[in-house]
Amino acid sequence: MEENVLEGLECVYVKPDTLTDKYQHYCPGCGHGVVHKVLMEVIEELGIQDKTIGVAPVGCSVFAYNYMNVDMQEAAHGRASAVATGVKRVLPDKYVYSYQGDGDLAAIGTGETIHTVNRGENILMIFINNGIYGMTGGQMAPTSLPGQVTSTTPYGRDPKKIGYPLKITDLLANLPGAYYVTRQAVHTPNAVRKLKKAIKNSFEYQLLDRGTCFIEVVSNCPSGWKMTPVDTIKYLEEEMLPQYPLGDLKVPQNN
Amino acid sequence: MIKGTVKIASEICKGCELCIVACPQDSLQLSREINLRGYRYAELKDDNCTGCINCALVCPDSAITVYRMPKKSK
Ligand SMILES: Cc1ncc(C[n+]2csc(CCOP(=O)(O)OP(=O)(O)O)c2C)c(N)n1
Ligand code: SF4
Ligand code: SF4
Ligand code: SF4
Repeated sequence: MEENVLEGLECVYVKPDTLTDKYQHYCPGCGHGVVHKVLMEVIEELGIQDKTIGVAPVGCSVFAYNYMNVDMQEAAHGRASAVATGVKRVLPDKYVYSYQGDGDLAAIGTGETIHTVNRGENILMIFINNGIYGMTGGQMAPTSLPGQVTSTTPYGRDPKKIGYPLKITDLLANLPGAYYVTRQAVHTPNAVRKLKKAIKNSFEYQLLDRGTCFIEVVSNCPSGWKMTPVDTIKYLEEEMLPQYPLGDLKVPQNN
Repeated sequence: MIKGTVKIASEICKGCELCIVACPQDSLQLSREINLRGYRYAELKDDNCTGCINCALVCPDSAITVYRMPKKSK
């Protein structure tokens, strides 16, 4: 763009500095990039880049530490919330978050997830629900939808044989250790705005030390779903959201 | 109408088109050219951008910077 085109205009949106300039390995249109971006925007706006420690999972976002310009620790598959527990207990003055996919958080890491929230660990857990194992080639996740075709359910997921979509966020909201539990999404500009607000609130709550903040993000996986990115928006809205309705599942109580 | 414009990093863009469908002004399109990684990239097609930042919000690769005419100060 020529400078003269920009003359008299002010910059109203630019990528946050807390996101590195490294080219992201994610597939075109993948929701992971959107969540990385808003998370880093919040950290920049709150001015807590040097006070924040993230924990990366195993899954497509295994390299999140290459993009998030904060101190980070990689965890074994499913164990991000357990590692985040340790980090926060040793360094209670830091803002600590874990970032995990559904295969990581709601399959192999189910035990760690439930017990972290049950202990009310004072961390933020971010849970990317794209209904599939993206990294390993689109296998069924506990969160896959009834009838969803994946590489391990070629005839569609049959709940009678392999269970129903695991609404782990609903389960967690019932635990007394949970302070703030919400379900957000990435598919529209407004959804992204609300997601950002939820992340901001969660970091602010961490100062109060009242329990675990948990944000599920209903996301997409164009490669695993075998759709164009644009088609995933419709699928997310029409198929995912009826199973995973957006909104707060537990709001902080003032006491 | 508020006047705005966008700057899209063509070498970062992966041509996912999410910005194109998020734009209320229908200001964006995919290029005819491809970038070094082989993707067609998003570009402005019309000069009717309002600087609403919708495209930048949904871009997974943070490839979009948005500019807007400042609000008149009284
Ligand atoms: C102990 C162990 N078991 C299995 C795997 C293989 N594995 C890698 S990522 C993954 C699931 C990833 O899915 P998800 O957490 O939903 O993240 P996504 O890739 O969709 O973002 C699996 C099963 C592994 N790396 N380690
Ligand atoms: S496989 Fe799916 S989750 Fe992984 S980067 Fe590609 S689109 Fe994203
Ligand atoms: S800023 Fe708004 S109007 Fe301009 S291109 Fe982006 S979405 Fe369209
Ligand atoms: S949303 Fe971003 S990556 Fe996708 S086409 Fe638009 S500018 Fe390119």
